[in-house]
Amino acid sequence: MIQTVLQSSSHDHADSDAAPEAVIQLQQVHKRYPMGRECVHALRGVDLEFNRGSFWAIMGASGSGKSTMLNLLGCLDRPSEGRLLIEGRDTAKLNDNELSDLRLRRLGFIFQSFNLIPQLTVRENIEMPLYYLGWEPADSAVRAGELAAMVDLGNRLDHRPAELSGGQQQRVAIARSLANDPAIILADEPTGNLDTATGEAIMDMLKNLHAQGRTIIMVTHEPDIAEHASHRLHMRDGEVDRIEC
Amino acid sequence: MNRIRIIRDVKLGVKSLMLHKLRSLLTMLGVVFGVGSVVAMLSIGEGASRQALAEIRKLGANNILINAMKPEDDSRPGRSGRTVMSVYGLLYTDEQRLKESFPSITSTAPAKILRREARLGEHTTEVRIVGTTPEWFSLVQRPLIAGRYLNALDQQTSANVCVLAELVARKLLAGHHTIGQNVRIGGDYFTVVGIIRNETASSGGVQTPDQPVDAYIPLATGRALFGDINTQRKTGQFIRERVELHQIIAQVDKIENVQATATAVKAMLERFHKQEDYKLAIPLALLRQAEETQRIFSIVLGSIAGISLLVGGIGIMNIMLASVTERTREIGIRRAIGAQRKQIILQFLIETMVLSIAGGLVGLGLGLLIPLAITYFASMPTVVTAWSLILSLSISAFVGIVFGLYPAYRAAMLDPIVALRHE
Repeated sequence: MIQTVLQSSSHDHADSDAAPEAVIQLQQVHKRYPMGRECVHALRGVDLEFNRGSFWAIMGASGSGKSTMLNLLGCLDRPSEGRLLIEGRDTAKLNDNELSDLRLRRLGFIFQSFNLIPQLTVRENIEMPLYYLGWEPADSAVRAGELAAMVDLGNRLDHRPAELSGGQQQRVAIARSLANDPAIILADEPTGNLDTATGEAIMDMLKNLHAQGRTIIMVTHEPDIAEHASHRLHMRDGEVDRIEC
Repeated sequence: MNRIRIIRDVKLGVKSLMLHKLRSLLTMLGVVFGVGSVVAMLSIGEGASRQALAEIRKLGANNILINAMKPEDDSRPGRSGRTVMSVYGLLYTDEQRLKESFPSITSTAPAKILRREARLGEHTTEVRIVGTTPEWFSLVQRPLIAGRYLNALDQQTSANVCVLAELVARKLLAGHHTIGQNVRIGGDYFTVVGIIRNETASSGGVQTPDQPVDAYIPLATGRALFGDINTQRKTGQFIRERVELHQIIAQVDKIENVQATATAVKAMLERFHKQEDYKLAIPLALLRQAEETQRIFSIVLGSIAGISLLVGGIGIMNIMLASVTERTREIGIRRAIGAQRKQIILQFLIETMVLSIAGGLVGLGLGLLIPLAITYFASMPTVVTAWSLILSLSISAFVGIVFGLYPAYRAAMLDPIVALRHE
C-alpha cells in the first residue's frame, strides 16, 4: 500500500537517486534572537549540506541550537546572517507569503505532540494541506482516504484525534505531512511522546518514506532512535560538533 | 469552485463555533438584541411618523387656515349686570381680498361659527353651526354618507338647509329616515340635505377645520338668521361679540407657494387689522416640522438601538480574542503547514461573520415580533420598512467585520514558532 501511493506521488524524485544533489544548503548561518534584554546567539556559523534522499538525525543537548536549526530548515524562521538555500532558493530573501508557500508545497512536518486539530476529524486533519493548496473537496477526500489507509487508519477517518491512541495520532500526523507530497519531511522528536514499541513502528514508517526517496530530517535526543538515520548530526553551543554517517 | 470553497469555509467556521455552543449563543445574543431593537425602534418611529403625517394631511397640505382669535386685552370681564361687547375676528372683506388679490390662492372657504342646540322630536344635541359656502366641501374633503353637499343655489336663495356631521345625525335622526328631515337649530328649522363623515384630528395645536358636532348651513342663511352679533348669557352678565367670520380656509395652487402666500396673507391682514385678532396656521409648515421631528426621533431611537449593537459587537470581539488565545496552537499548526496570514484572517473573520449574521437574522425575527406586540398591546402604530431590515442586517454584517478584524489580525500575526510551542 505504501509502495503504490508513494510511487504515484513522488515520481519526480525517482531520477535524483543517481547523483546526490544538495536539497538544503547552509552557508555560514547565524541565528540570533532577543530574549529579554540579552541576545541569544543560537547558531554560530553553520555550514552544512543535506543531500536529496538522505535521512538525518540532529542530536544535541537542550540549548545546543537543534530546535533553532529545525525552525530554520522548516522555513518557520529566517537566518540572521548567512545563506540558507532550500532547493536553491534563499530563504532570507523570501517574504512571509513566499515562506508559507514553500512550507505548503515542499515541506512536511511531524511534531512530538502530534499537533492535530482537535475539533477536526482524521480525514479533515489529513486534508488540511490540500485545503490550503486549493484542492477540490472531492479530490482531497479521496487523497485523504488513501493516505489514511497507508498508515493503517482507513477505518478511523471520521474519528476525532482524542478518540485515538498516541501512536495512531502520530500516524495521522504522518499522513497529513505526506498529503502535499513534500520533498523534505521535518520531524521534531516524533517518538518523544510514545512508548518504545510504538516509537519503533513510527520509525519503521519514516524509514519506509526514506526508502522511497524522501529527505528526512529528524531532531531527537534518543541515541537508539537516531540509529535509524543514515546521518547523525551532533550539535553543541550553536555549532556543528560532529557528523556520523 | 469558489462557491464550494466558501461554503466549506463557512461550514468549518460553524463547526468551530459549535464546539462552544453556549458561548457562541450568548455571544450572538448581543447582536440579536441589537438588531432586534434597531428594527423595533425604527418601526415605532416610522409608525408614529406616518400617523402624525396622516393627521396633518387631513388638515390639507395645500391649505392655509386663518382663525379668528379674541385678543387678550379685550377679554377682561365686565362688571356684573353690564354688557361688554367685543369686536374682533375676520371680515367678509378679508375673504374677498384673499380671493381677489392673491393669484396663488385658488379657492377660499369662509366659516361663521355658532353654538346652538339642535332638536328633532325628543332628541336634542349641542351643535356647532358652520355657516359656509360650497367651496368648504372641496377644501375640507370629507366623504358623503348620504344626500349631497351644500351648493350654489342654497347660497343664492339663503335656503334653510343643512349638512350634518355623522355624530350629530346619529344623535338626532336615530331610527329615522335621514335626508329631508326638518331639524330645529337655534330658533329655526333646517332641512337635512346631506350627511358627511368627519375626519377630525389635531396636530401641533392645530385642529382640523371640521368637528364631529358640525352642522353646515349656507353662509347667507347664517347671516340672515343669526346676524354678526352673538350674545351669550353667563352668570349675571351678557357677553356680546361681533364677529363676522371665525375662520377662512385658503387653498394655494402649489405646495411650493404655500409658505410665500402665507407670508403675504399675514402682511395683508396686518395692514387691515388694528389688533392681532387672527392667527394663521399652515399645515404644510406643521408637516415639515413633524417630518423633521420624526426624523430626529428616528435618529435618536436608532442610535440608542445602535449602541446595543455596538455592545454586541464588543461582545463578539471579546469572545473572538479569547478564541484566538485558546486556539493559538491550531493557528501555529495551520501556519506551519503553509497557511498564509490572509487565510488565517479569513478563517477567523468568517467565524465572526457567521456569529454576527446569524445573530442578525434571529434579531430580524425579534425585530419583526416586537412591533407586532407593541401594536397589539399598546395599540401604537408600527411600520416595519424594508430599508430598516436591510440597514440592520448590513450593520450586523459590518459589526462582524469590524469587530472580527482585530482578533483575526492578532491570530494572523502570531509567530508560528511561538504559537506551536503554546500550551
